[in-house]
Amino acid sequence: MTDISQAQPSITHDWSSSTARRRVRRRYGADRRLQLYGLAAIGTAMALLGILFTSLIYAGYAAFTTTKVELGVFLDPEKIDKDNIRAANFRKIVRDAFFSYFPEVQNRTEKRNLSKILSSGADYIVRDYVVRNPDKIGELVKISVPVSDPFDQLYKGIIPREIDALSYDRIALYRQLESRGVLSVVDGVGVAKTTLFVDPAQVPEEGGVEAADFQRMIDEGFRSFFLAEPSRSFYEILSRNAAETLRNKVVADPSLVGKTIEINLPLSSNYDNLLQKGEAKIRNPRFRSDKEFAWFDSLIQRGLISTPFTWELFFNADSRFPELAGLAGALSGSFLALLVCFLLSFPIGIATATYLEEFAPKNRITDLIEVNINNLAAVPSVVFGLLGLALFLNTFGMPRSAPLVGGMVLALMTLPTIIVATRAALKSVPPSIREAALGVGASKHQVMLHHVLPLAMPGILTGTIIGLAQALGETAPLLLIGMNAFIPSVDNVGLTQPAMALPTQIFSWADSPERGFVSRTSAAILVLLGFLVLMNLLAVYLRRRFEKKW
Amino acid sequence: MVKGSLTMDQQVVSPETTTTRSVVEDPKITSGDVSVFYGAKQALFDVNLDIPRYAVTSLIGPSGCGKSTYLRCINRMNDTIPIARVTGEIKIDDQDIYDPDLDVVELRARVGMVFQKPNPFPKSIFENVAYGPRIHGLAKGKTDLEELVTTSLERAGLWDEVKDRINEPGTGLSGGQQQRLCIARAIATKPDIILMDEPCSALDPIATAKVEELMMELREKYTIVIVTHSMAQAQRVSQKTAFFHIGYMVEYGDTKQIFEDPQDKRTQDYIFGRFG
Ligand SMILES: Nc1ncnc2c1ncn2[C@@H]1O[C@H](COP(=O)(O)OP(=O)(O)OP(=O)(O)O)[C@@H](O)[C@H]1O
Ligand SMILES: [Mg+2]
Repeated sequence: MTDISQAQPSITHDWSSSTARRRVRRRYGADRRLQLYGLAAIGTAMALLGILFTSLIYAGYAAFTTTKVELGVFLDPEKIDKDNIRAANFRKIVRDAFFSYFPEVQNRTEKRNLSKILSSGADYIVRDYVVRNPDKIGELVKISVPVSDPFDQLYKGIIPREIDALSYDRIALYRQLESRGVLSVVDGVGVAKTTLFVDPAQVPEEGGVEAADFQRMIDEGFRSFFLAEPSRSFYEILSRNAAETLRNKVVADPSLVGKTIEINLPLSSNYDNLLQKGEAKIRNPRFRSDKEFAWFDSLIQRGLISTPFTWELFFNADSRFPELAGLAGALSGSFLALLVCFLLSFPIGIATATYLEEFAPKNRITDLIEVNINNLAAVPSVVFGLLGLALFLNTFGMPRSAPLVGGMVLALMTLPTIIVATRAALKSVPPSIREAALGVGASKHQVMLHHVLPLAMPGILTGTIIGLAQALGETAPLLLIGMNAFIPSVDNVGLTQPAMALPTQIFSWADSPERGFVSRTSAAILVLLGFLVLMNLLAVYLRRRFEKKW
Repeated sequence: MVKGSLTMDQQVVSPETTTTRSVVEDPKITSGDVSVFYGAKQALFDVNLDIPRYAVTSLIGPSGCGKSTYLRCINRMNDTIPIARVTGEIKIDDQDIYDPDLDVVELRARVGMVFQKPNPFPKSIFENVAYGPRIHGLAKGKTDLEELVTTSLERAGLWDEVKDRINEPGTGLSGGQQQRLCIARAIATKPDIILMDEPCSALDPIATAKVEELMMELREKYTIVIVTHSMAQAQRVSQKTAFFHIGYMVEYGDTKQIFEDPQDKRTQDYIFGRFG
């Protein structure tokens, strides 16, 4: 036994010592730092989300309106057979109606250019209108039809009438000349003061001075401006007439041969514009002539152009023409696939989770099953797609591109999410409730059905909706089973009919070259995100609604 | 000796000795050599206990001694714990309740249970009480059920307080009211035995007094077994008291005798506050 009185260990801690103080300070510091890290993380996430949404809305809002031109179409009973409306030549009917706005255009080529203002789908819109309203035959009806993609983009200000003629490095060459002070405007023409040697070697014996290779002399002289420039890209800075200018000068004064002279050579038109107007523009190559602009402007002036909301985005099927392409096929495909997915994964998921959680004996086999289910949730979705392809399509011979198969594949993906969420929800039901129910003599399944499941329902529904939301946005497995078919009509919607889904639609639009599909893609993404937000709100609502305190 | 007296006492008094001083005539519940194992661990050792009908019997003892375990044997709640195993024999009205032919669900309806923490269902007050009768088909028709709920609540002394809000959630009641709601729920299935595991430990003295008053009333029609840590409560409400100690039922007899003149050294130590 040690002597107690000697080493008297103090029984109270010295809270005012400097080490204790330092520890307190450090603890506060750590708290603050942790808070800062959290704030920084949230800030970054919010900023990125903000950027994502801003860019999507910025790129996509244009797709929510369509530029349309109003046509006064006379539905001539002689041209449209009441009993066989679809056989009529609506292309001609629409064009004639449109051409009547421009009686001065008679030339065939010009007419063809003029008709390019209208969307190629205008014929079908008028045709469908007549099919829907056969009693209008014989009347003059006003129908708004979309304009073609370039004019749609033009009217919305997405693409300009003129674009820069010179690329960035061309302009850099120009700046180089400018900084040397050789550029000037003489008699309204932009010129470059060039020093060159009138090389006698370039003057042929036959033909004399007139036949000399002046272009060669200019090239040689001009190159001295750009000694470091390996490319020959600078040749087009000068006008094609530059050689002519030099020839005229030398022919007028043959004594210049063999001398080094200084001469003002005219610039080519783009560089001339750059010098005199400060910018060099050319017509946007998506338009064929300035006349098109004039025609379009006159349509605008006459008040025939309008930009109504694009209901077509929701009610049209897919199309090769962006101004006509809609999401109806994708929405119905996604809806059917999700329905199948829900009908399969919800009951199976709940049944599995309930069995594992409440009834299964705890042994190796159930442990193994549990581990596998948890791992299943981490399997990349493309693998489920491959499974669907191999199993459902190849082995079972189910139809390709069908929402039924899509839903089954998505159900495979959603199942683990639902099972895990359900088990967590079941676990979180307080044991006192089970005891209470058992105590009044409820059987095991009555405890489950009457008490535990209702209490777990908010959690189960949340998990299910989040699983379904994931499934809604899933692309890879649907691509593998072919749910990216091009389906330009919504007449055949069914579980086994070929269909698109929202994400695959986005995928295929993003792949299309037309400018209009850029905003269509963004708009489709916004629609998809809108549905995801709606589903998540529904999850929150259901949780609030069914949540009970105990 | 430096160490506490516990070890010494155990050396002196063999744990197996049980002092039973009053023979119960016509017991409601008899238990013979009841042992309970949680996995490999034995929690109860050969408990023999005869519980009289129309009386309150208290089970007392230090924490972890097996009171709840024994109580849960009587309505076979231990069945719901996968690792629990019960041996021995428990009879209610001479019927072996561990008979494989016996329907556990029916047994639990006949043996009501009230838990330590009030645990009403997150449903309305009415539904809380009506649930048991409904699943067992005890009431014929709606009016019958309503009457059963009313009488149960009346008997639990809660009716006057909740009659205006019978459809509001049971979880919205105060702790004491909730506990009485649980008692109403337990008696709604028309049991003849009510088990209560520390029913007042979460309640304030006023609510406790109400529940105790209720127990004394209920005693006339029911056989009540109560686990309690309050010796004062055991003395107030119970006619018989059993003292448990680390898995053994040590001493059993009339409440008055147990508290005034305990025979076993361990009972004396516990009751006169020398350990635990
Ligand atoms: N579910 C269980 N699994 C394993 N061991 C258990 C379980 N329930 C109780 N035990 C053990 O059995 C013994 C008796 O427990 P019991 O709950 O019956 O004690 P108690 O007398 O009710 O105690 P308290 O007064 O604290 O409620 C304890 O040692 C406890 O650890
Ligand atoms: Mg206990």
